[in-house]
Amino acid sequence: MTAADLPHILIAEDSNNDLELTLAALRSHRVANEVDVAHDGAEALDYLYRRGAYAQLAPAPLALVLLDLKMPKVDGLEVLRQIKSDPALRLTPVVMLTSSREEIDLVRSYELGVNAYVVKPVAFGQFMEAVKQLGAFWAVLNERPPMPAASSGGNRA
Amino acid sequence: MQRHGSISRRLTWMNMLVSGIALLIAGVAFAAYDLATFRSAMVRDLSTEASMVASNSVAALLFNDSHAAEETLGALRASASVVRAQIYTTDGRLFAAYSRDGSAPLPMPQFAPGATEMLAFDASSAYVARVITSDGAPVGIVRIRADLQAMYVRLGRFALIVAAVLVLSLAGALLVSRVSQRAISGPLAAVAASARQVSQAKDYGIRAPHVGTAYELTVLVDSFNEMLAEIQARDRSLQQAHDQLEARVRERTEELHAINSELEAFTYSVSHDLRAPLRHITGFASLLEQEAGAAFNEQARRHLTTITGAASRMATLIDDLLAFSRMGRATVTKRRVDLSQLVREARGEVWTDVDGRRITWEVHELPHVDADPSLLRPVMVNLLSNAIKYTSTRDEARIEVGSEVRQGEVVVFVRDNGVGFDMAYAHKLFGVFQRLHRADEFGGTGIGLANVRRIVQRHGGRTWAEGAVGAGATFYFSLPSQGAAA
Repeated sequence: MTAADLPHILIAEDSNNDLELTLAALRSHRVANEVDVAHDGAEALDYLYRRGAYAQLAPAPLALVLLDLKMPKVDGLEVLRQIKSDPALRLTPVVMLTSSREEIDLVRSYELGVNAYVVKPVAFGQFMEAVKQLGAFWAVLNERPPMPAASSGGNRA
Repeated sequence: MQRHGSISRRLTWMNMLVSGIALLIAGVAFAAYDLATFRSAMVRDLSTEASMVASNSVAALLFNDSHAAEETLGALRASASVVRAQIYTTDGRLFAAYSRDGSAPLPMPQFAPGATEMLAFDASSAYVARVITSDGAPVGIVRIRADLQAMYVRLGRFALIVAAVLVLSLAGALLVSRVSQRAISGPLAAVAASARQVSQAKDYGIRAPHVGTAYELTVLVDSFNEMLAEIQARDRSLQQAHDQLEARVRERTEELHAINSELEAFTYSVSHDLRAPLRHITGFASLLEQEAGAAFNEQARRHLTTITGAASRMATLIDDLLAFSRMGRATVTKRRVDLSQLVREARGEVWTDVDGRRITWEVHELPHVDADPSLLRPVMVNLLSNAIKYTSTRDEARIEVGSEVRQGEVVVFVRDNGVGFDMAYAHKLFGVFQRLHRADEFGGTGIGLANVRRIVQRHGGRTWAEGAVGAGATFYFSLPSQGAAA
């Protein structure tokens, strides 16, 4: 199985710094899956529905969506809500990777059906460890749900 | 209108009673006087008539001419009241008689010795008898009976007049009391009606009308109205104060809401946004070390470690501050808490802090209190953890936990024989991020006691501490004891 066949990981993150650190962590743990990046919630939705800038992108299976909570335009909770309320997308594992430890965010996320909620540790060592475990669990260890045929039809508008 | 009726009726009764009694007394007095006058006039007339008959019948008696005597008696026909007259001879023989009504003859009267005239009355008649004398010697007796019909008729007429006057004057009294009622009881009733209206409708804007002109009534109505005006003014100012207070409370509540939501937004933003740069600092410092670490000298590597350490410390401070802020907003759900049990649990939690040191614990029996156990536990953990921390320089650490039930509150204390503190700085102990020791002496951010104070205050209690440098410290907190049982 080559890297191209592996399911992708979508990271929605507005902070370039955080993005770079996350990517560095994934890289250092040799997560082989292709990582796609959206810089805000709207881009993430465009990617998921293959519209706008992503209209021409070939459909690919997703191992994991890593969502930041606080993003410009459309925030992480809204992206999560749309994913979990769309029958074609709702089986896709979504993990909140966020700075917020606020109870309200936790409660809202779980109410909307998030698969996991991870607070980004401040210490880089812990952060690396967290990303490594996330990658290892969701991209390698976890068996993905069988993808319905509809999700590969990327031209939903 | 009951009171109105009662007062006016009483006034009417009084008027009529007074005038009736006065009239009756006057009537009776006049009647008595009139009757007395009438009677004496009648007696005088009868006496005169008897004298006339006596002197006119002397000759008839002397000449034994009863016919002439009867003629003399017949002259009495002119007197309407005389119904019978008789002349007797001295030996008691009926000599002549006159009768208007044919009544039975009268017996001869018996005179007292030396008396020449005799008067007598019975219910219907008056009787006069007179000795007839001729040259001083008695020759016969004349006796006249007059009926009192005239007197009775007069008396009846009098009574009729008195009754008529009584009725008329009572009617007059009634009229007068009606008028006086309008002047006295009318205004009183108006005041009473106003008072009733005020007390029923609670409308202090009502005023009693000015009806009467009597001084007392005017004063009464004026005072009543003044009182109402006073009540109304007070009512108004009370309402005003109340409204102002309401408005102020509403204003403050809105302000508080605004501040609260602002605070929430603030802590949320702190939680989310302040941590990110710290993560970036540590992250990129680590990446820097990974990628260029080999080229760094010892000092440069130490700088990198300092950067990472400072960022981590700031992250801890932010977390503590957020926890502190959350504590202030957390709802307090009180229930019965066994303090002894709570201390046992807290000791279990701080066990790792002890780190194999020798600590002598002296935990007394503690009471039950009403508190939120999830909030009270961190209080106890914090105080015990502090005691362990600040006795770490002692070879033989002693920590004592006890309580005292005082008037209305339970005071719990944690005493240690640690490094203590200078009482001059005691007021700083419970402040946020206030520390009395350098960070390299004892660890910690300085938020623990601030949390303790905040939680205890949320329970309605107080916190304080006593200590001396090098001689240990005692930390106290109190909880209100509604039904605290020792």
